[in-house]
Amino acid sequence: MIIFTTIPNTRMLDDFLIRAFLAGIGTALVAAPLGCFVVWRRMAYFSDATAHSAMLGIAIAVALQVSPAWGALLTALAIAMALTVFSGRTIASDTVLGVFAHGALAAGIIATTLLPGRRIDLEALLFGDILTVSRFDLALIWIGAALVLPFFVWRWNALLTATLDPDLARASGLRPEREQMGLTFALAVVIAISIEVIGVLLIGALLVIPAAAARPLVKTPEQMVLGAFAIGLVSIVGGLQIAAIQNFPAGPTIVCTALICFILTALMARLSQK
Amino acid sequence: MSIIAAENITIRHGARIVLKDVSMSISEREIVTIVGPNGSGKTTLLRALIGSQPLTQGSIRRASNLRTGYVPQGLHVDPALPITVARFLSLPRRHDAGTIKEVLSQSGADGLQNRALSELSGGQLQRVLLARALLGRPQLLLLDEPTTGLDQPGSAAFYRRIESLRQEIGCAVLLVSHELHVVMSASDRVICLNGHVCCEGQPDAVASAPEYRALFGSGTGGALALYRHDHDHFHDHSQH
Repeated sequence: MIIFTTIPNTRMLDDFLIRAFLAGIGTALVAAPLGCFVVWRRMAYFSDATAHSAMLGIAIAVALQVSPAWGALLTALAIAMALTVFSGRTIASDTVLGVFAHGALAAGIIATTLLPGRRIDLEALLFGDILTVSRFDLALIWIGAALVLPFFVWRWNALLTATLDPDLARASGLRPEREQMGLTFALAVVIAISIEVIGVLLIGALLVIPAAAARPLVKTPEQMVLGAFAIGLVSIVGGLQIAAIQNFPAGPTIVCTALICFILTALMARLSQK
Repeated sequence: MSIIAAENITIRHGARIVLKDVSMSISEREIVTIVGPNGSGKTTLLRALIGSQPLTQGSIRRASNLRTGYVPQGLHVDPALPITVARFLSLPRRHDAGTIKEVLSQSGADGLQNRALSELSGGQLQRVLLARALLGRPQLLLLDEPTTGLDQPGSAAFYRRIESLRQEIGCAVLLVSHELHVVMSASDRVICLNGHVCCEGQPDAVASAPEYRALFGSGTGGALALYRHDHDHFHDHSQH
């Protein structure tokens, strides 16, 4: 890979870059299975809006001087709860989501301006700042991964069944609402841990694009998760390298790398059909 | 002896009462068909019986350890989810290849194991869903409008298959359908539903009951003639 050889070896050993890679790998690891379910269950809007709403929680967390990850986690869960409370026969759940998630984003941005001094770097929150990942952030990312990955392994078949059809799942003795709740928790955790890596605005992209890019290459759900992980990893590691060389912002470069992967696999699928 | 019974159940969706004071039961090896116009609560009743519909009032009584198999009204498989028929049948619990082959063959879906679920035709998917319901060795098979999207010979063949399955594995069958003319010939008993039980009994009795006629008119008379060989309905027809 050309990208690797153009990086001077001394640079590779830089502590912050290694931390960035470790953070990226951890994030790709949890984003892969979750991203597949987001694609299969058409939750792209849900995951996006929930991630944006994290802004409010982050502002509150900074004001209270606790880790922003906690704020993000709790807002994501609160939004999910608001969904079950407020959606009903006359209002679809994605409308309720649009109301609360964007409301929370707007309130969050106002809240960041209310904080005394420049305690919040708005740009870093929106687009991530993977190169400044601290040891603490790194620990948080891997603890999150250690929580989310076993969940997916444990509930894998139940999640797949509930995704195919809730009634079929019930007929098999499962509780699809519980699986949905599990996914929402996983989403909240993934949002919380990937803010540092990719930023609030682009978390949805990190979930959806690698999974969608993997789809044309695979025949089973498990292959799709592995493919999404591989493409997510290539996007994060490759995007980081390009960002470091070209001095691009890291988060958007990662997303653009994933986008290129998506276009490539989609074109490959088109060509092989003919 | 009944294996499942709904006892005076009432179900509301918000302010609307979908089912009011409905009681019904199914006996071993019996084929029961629920007919009724759109919005009459057929699917709601079926969902109540499999336990995925909360009851406002009343109760569902099941024989202990009753094994049920449920065939939904079609299935939308998102092409984004890559999954083969065999894997679908192994969810959520794994079944060995021999069992999967057997249920596929029982439901007329031989050789579909390795096909992608989202690429099946309507009829193939319906047979795969039936195979899935057979995996649990059901004592009661519940089918919701199983022939939606099938043409008439296709539906007729599907119902013949249900009838022969009852012979083969000895299960009771509960069908929900609007295709009265095809369904009735195979049923032991028909329940005519319109928010409440309008009438029930043997297919012939129901078909000539005034409550049934009030709901469905006599428009099915011509279609009935296609599938039934006793023509005594034409007399009723002229009286109407």
